[in-house]
Amino acid sequence: MGIGLAFIIVLGLILFAYIGTEILGLESLFAVVFPYLAFVIFLIGFIRRVVKWGKSPVPFRIPTTAGQQFSLPWIKYSKVDNPVTGWGVALRMFFEIAFFRSLFRNTKAEIINGRLYVGSNKWLWIGALAFHYSFLIILIRHLRFFMAQTPTCISIIDSVDSFWQIGLPMLYMTDIIIAAAALYLLGRRIFNPQVKYISLPSDYFPLFLILGIVATGILMRYFSRVDITAIKELTLGLAYLKPTIPEGVGSLFYIHLFLVSILFAYFPFSKLMHMGGVFLSPTRNLANNNRMERHVNPWDYPVKHRHYEEYENEFREKMKKAGIPVEKE
Amino acid sequence: MGLPRPDELISNVNLKKMPSKWWMDTLPVEFKPGYYCYGAKGKNLDYVGFPNARDFHVTEEDWKLPEDWKNIVLEGIKQRLERFRSFHVFMDICVRCGACSDKCHFFIGTGDPKNMPVLRAELLRSVYRKYFTAGGKLFGRKAGARDLDIDVLKELWYYFYQCTECRRCSLFCPYGIDTAEITIIGRELLNLLGLNTDWISGPVANCYRTGNHLGIEPHTMKSTLEFMCNDIEEITGIKIDPPINKKGAEILFVTPSGDLFADPGIYNAMGYMMLFHEIGLDYTWSTFASEGGNFGFFTSLEMAKRLHTKIYEEAKRLKVKWIIGGECGHMWRVWHQFHNTWYGPVDFLEEPVSPITGTKFENAKSNKIVHISEFTADLIRHGVLKFDKSRNDNLIVTFHDSCNTSRGMGIFEEPRYIIRNVCNHFYEMPDETIREQTFCCGGGSGLNAGEIMELRMRGGFPRANAVKYVHEKFGVNMLANICAIDRATLPPLMDYWVPGVRVSGVTELVANAMIMKGEKERTMNLRMEPLPGKEEQ
Repeated sequence: MGIGLAFIIVLGLILFAYIGTEILGLESLFAVVFPYLAFVIFLIGFIRRVVKWGKSPVPFRIPTTAGQQFSLPWIKYSKVDNPVTGWGVALRMFFEIAFFRSLFRNTKAEIINGRLYVGSNKWLWIGALAFHYSFLIILIRHLRFFMAQTPTCISIIDSVDSFWQIGLPMLYMTDIIIAAAALYLLGRRIFNPQVKYISLPSDYFPLFLILGIVATGILMRYFSRVDITAIKELTLGLAYLKPTIPEGVGSLFYIHLFLVSILFAYFPFSKLMHMGGVFLSPTRNLANNNRMERHVNPWDYPVKHRHYEEYENEFREKMKKAGIPVEKE
Repeated sequence: MGLPRPDELISNVNLKKMPSKWWMDTLPVEFKPGYYCYGAKGKNLDYVGFPNARDFHVTEEDWKLPEDWKNIVLEGIKQRLERFRSFHVFMDICVRCGACSDKCHFFIGTGDPKNMPVLRAELLRSVYRKYFTAGGKLFGRKAGARDLDIDVLKELWYYFYQCTECRRCSLFCPYGIDTAEITIIGRELLNLLGLNTDWISGPVANCYRTGNHLGIEPHTMKSTLEFMCNDIEEITGIKIDPPINKKGAEILFVTPSGDLFADPGIYNAMGYMMLFHEIGLDYTWSTFASEGGNFGFFTSLEMAKRLHTKIYEEAKRLKVKWIIGGECGHMWRVWHQFHNTWYGPVDFLEEPVSPITGTKFENAKSNKIVHISEFTADLIRHGVLKFDKSRNDNLIVTFHDSCNTSRGMGIFEEPRYIIRNVCNHFYEMPDETIREQTFCCGGGSGLNAGEIMELRMRGGFPRANAVKYVHEKFGVNMLANICAIDRATLPPLMDYWVPGVRVSGVTELVANAMIMKGEKERTMNLRMEPLPGKEEQ
């Protein structure tokens, strides 16, 4: 539900930025106020959300165990999928966050002629991995706009990303991959009936937003001539807290920057917070060792329970008759 | 059972066809017979002090709720957000990627989209958004938020009692969102209003009073065990005197009361006693700690703690050194992940060491409870037990991993090691249906009631389908497991989907094959059926 709504909102945002800069000439709003505002909202919102989660304690140690437990010395246990040590947990989290371990397990269930078939299904894993990594690389690549001297590591990433050297300016692989991956993720929401049924406007919105950012970025780099020196002057000004608004930047860039600002500002209030939340997920970040080491519940309280004495009082005669030992004769 | 034929039951399930109406627009929920448990009885709620105790009838329009029920639920949500990071994070971070959608046995068996784990959670998440997030307050339905009204409450009840808390979805979730956790909390909220089922609240009340779900009183427990020992004597010629409430025994043995009541559980109970007798273990049963399972866990964590406390109390009173736990699913989830936190530090017991082999059970050094399969596997490894595997030669065995011991503990190799040592014919079901990916029996978390047989047959379909595969391919005729709920729910499931496959605990198989000192020539198995090759006698 809500794909049209999400699309219209993103379209409206694009139009808003276009009118704002091209017609109304509010460059300072889009070049300075919105980016700073968005960044502050992102920073404060993100931290606030994580702190809020962090304030809720973890009363029980409830890892989802995904492999053999540690038990007898001659049974090989699953150190990563069912960790008992801190290192094991760290590895499990690393595989989860860097390689989407759980998604890698993904299967597909189908009923054919009354029989159930469960088979491996890695598409979502591939799509998600492609999307997130190209996003990350693009983000890192963009740091060169915010530094007067491009650090070597960023230059290296840059040259690896444009390794194929197709065309001029050279084609970034990640530009193609992120567009394809985002379209795949969107396509699932349109064509997979189950995913379509569960989707909300807040699932389509970030996808359209990111597609908008990718599209304007690609347009600027490969198709439309933008004044890259002017843009860098602007972004450097932002980074060094000396904002300037150079001539000839063009509304395409402002649309791009505005959509990025929206993404940042929207982030802390949305499902995009899974980025922070995954680190705090108690089914993943805890060791499976509660029989070895007691986990303490900070809000534990005494409960009313039945005592043996009451039990024996109720059943004493029957127990005695049956020859079961009792405390009080 | 009044059910459609198996081939008809699933034929109308289409996992790819979703309703034309959006899920928020399909209220009020239709209470389909065979899909919901009967409501709780007032006296059972009252006995343990649950709020709003009254006879609760699900299909009646008026659920007799307290006037401020909505506030009670919202306050309950708030309190739990502050108490459970799991709940708080899980309410916020789902991206609705759909990885969990076809992992749930109830979705596969019913095709009802609200049985997709993601939507089951969204039912509650939508309420959370409405009252606890800025987006939900501002944009309402557009932000996936909705008001909590009586129809929503009824829907929550319907679907939180269609989840067996098996955690299969949480295995596949990229953020580890655990529907079991959400269902546990959802049921806690419902229990604030006295909205429980008869099948759960009855055993809870029983368990509080008599120490076990079935309401077995101490003298009955004793005569039951003695009755089993008579059978053991008939089968083996060995007379066993079961130790009951024996002070100063080294070990307290606790198992689910299901093993004392009906077959095939009782054969497992016989097996425990034969095993302990054979190795000369100094142990005791307790008539008060006569239940390892915990239906309180299916109502609220507080109730679970109230019921489980008696086990350590009994260990203290009887002055045992440590505890062995029998074969059970959710009992082990509770023992493994909760009990130590509730009751510990358990410093009045000793770190478990097998008196037979000297093995130190490192993994249980803090809570001092060892799983019977860990204990038995260690005995076998040390060559303490002698077996005549051919006694199980009529059995072609496969092993069903129970949800709780799989995804809330990870005990996979121990039972398999045991089975391989006592049976000649063992075959695994397909990889996607065993170990951590195992499918539920369809009746866990208090959903093994008779009135929801249709839901159980549907929910158990994925498990049965895998059994059917090995039944046809290898001739499997015995479904072994380490869970008392399984031993109660799998027999009707097999009769329905895979006739010819029977169900057994692992210890039953051990006791069948175990050569006991001084036994007579065995001609019968524990079920008093002739052993292979002894049919003529």
